[in-house]
Amino acid sequence: MTITTKKQLGLCCVAATALLIGSHLNAAPVEEKLVIDEELEMITKVPSVEDHPIDTIYSGWHYRTPETRALEADSFANPGLLGVEQGEEIWNTVEGSEGKSCASCHDDAAVSMKGVGASFPKWDADSGKPMNIEGRINKCRVENMGAEAYKFDKGGQKPLTAFIKHQSLGMPVSLDLSEGDMQAWWEKGKETYYLRTGQLNLSCASCHEKNHGKYIRADHLSQGNVNGFPTYRLKQNKLISLHNRFRGCIRDTRAEFPAAFSDVLMGLEVYTTWRGTGLSVETPAVRQ
Amino acid sequence: MANAKPRIKVPKTAAAGDVIKIKSLVSHIMESGQRKDKDGNVIPRMIINQFECTFNGEPVFSCDIDPAIAANPFIEFRARVQESGTFAFKWVDDDGTVIEAAKSIEVS
Amino acid sequence: MNLNRRQFITTAAGLAAAICGQQAFAKAEDVEAAIKAIAGDAEVGTGGGLKLNTPEIAENGNSVPVSVTVDSPMTEDSYVESVALFADGNPRPEVVSFNFTPASGEAFAATRMRLAKTQNIVAVAKMSDGSIVSETRNVKVTIGGCGG
Repeated sequence: MTITTKKQLGLCCVAATALLIGSHLNAAPVEEKLVIDEELEMITKVPSVEDHPIDTIYSGWHYRTPETRALEADSFANPGLLGVEQGEEIWNTVEGSEGKSCASCHDDAAVSMKGVGASFPKWDADSGKPMNIEGRINKCRVENMGAEAYKFDKGGQKPLTAFIKHQSLGMPVSLDLSEGDMQAWWEKGKETYYLRTGQLNLSCASCHEKNHGKYIRADHLSQGNVNGFPTYRLKQNKLISLHNRFRGCIRDTRAEFPAAFSDVLMGLEVYTTWRGTGLSVETPAVRQ
Repeated sequence: MANAKPRIKVPKTAAAGDVIKIKSLVSHIMESGQRKDKDGNVIPRMIINQFECTFNGEPVFSCDIDPAIAANPFIEFRARVQESGTFAFKWVDDDGTVIEAAKSIEVS
Repeated sequence: MNLNRRQFITTAAGLAAAICGQQAFAKAEDVEAAIKAIAGDAEVGTGGGLKLNTPEIAENGNSVPVSVTVDSPMTEDSYVESVALFADGNPRPEVVSFNFTPASGEAFAATRMRLAKTQNIVAVAKMSDGSIVSETRNVKVTIGGCGG
């Protein structure tokens, strides 16, 4: 395109300025590919499923700085993998009255746990509720290992959850909502997602649906997908669980934040996981 | 306190005279001594303050580390290799704890 | 290891903190004093093949990648002895000192640091011939949005 008149030059300048200002206010997610170690191609951008309010789903990876994105693409340097290694040790450690480790029944996690991270939360008939990985671990510990359930975010819960989910690295997230009452919990989660709460009167949707791509203070807002949890957050320099993140976000709207693994948050986990359908499991993702 | 094995990346083979990349990552909270607990008491400093790399016993590279290095310290550097041998790595904590690791390389 | 430099900075900062009765942040003079401790009487130049790499904006001040590289043959006759990093806006300016030998092959090192706020990072390289060069780069540290 050549500029031949002063008017065109003027228009170009205005457009360029607008683009510069606009690009700061509404910086689109970077159009780049996440390829781990230059070999594992991850699905981080995918058309949404039917009835999804957003057309194209982006992983939170796209909204981070180049340095943060590079860290997740390097399976040596990703500090979240230190937690995954810890999880592997736990997997092989005998615990509880039955003298078993996870490995005693489940053998090689790379085989037995493949796909698990991409399909949870699942319906649990015993409790009549959806169950996430953390819940499944505790159920196994108590019922099969004779060991104590992990408290929220304590003991081996985060590293072990990260290790199990990591066995599904790259696989697209896909929930089966036809099981049990999953659909009803999906509805509950959806209600929670759109419910404005707190002194700041914000819902999840306020930021992650209406304003994804824009900046809240200096944070580049993502679509709030959960395919990378437990996530290595630079802010705390450690693995952060999904329910910790839910609680933190809600706390920051200056609302009372629900207990981890409460019905409210379990419904929300089902719904937000569904919103990221098709994205690769990235656990452990690297985020700010 | 460190609670996991250090991760080290050293190429398995190289040609004599090559300059190779070495990366290291170790799990450590690197408590800076700047944080306070809930009661307002300063959480005492506890960091890795020294990192050393030798090859077949000879010094290659080292760092004097201060609290401003981020938790789970990542250190990358280079080494020129002339012969086959073993890299020895050492991390030293404020309380004297030493973490050690080693990686061999075949140099042709 | 320059214990004297360390002790000097610690005492100075500690004294300042005690006087102010609150957390003192490093000042430009602290960084200058630290550089003087390395350089001694030698003049601190620029260039010399020293390149300091920092991001323009740190996504989170808790973990900011940084690397240094110095163009040098790294032979017994001519090599980089050390590159020290200082942060002029942190509670204490020292970040790390990378110590090289000719066996390093290349004067390159990378790590991740903590930055308390937007500030300058100063790299000071000391060569085997006693010459000193430095480079300064500014890093913007954002507070972030909200959430956990």
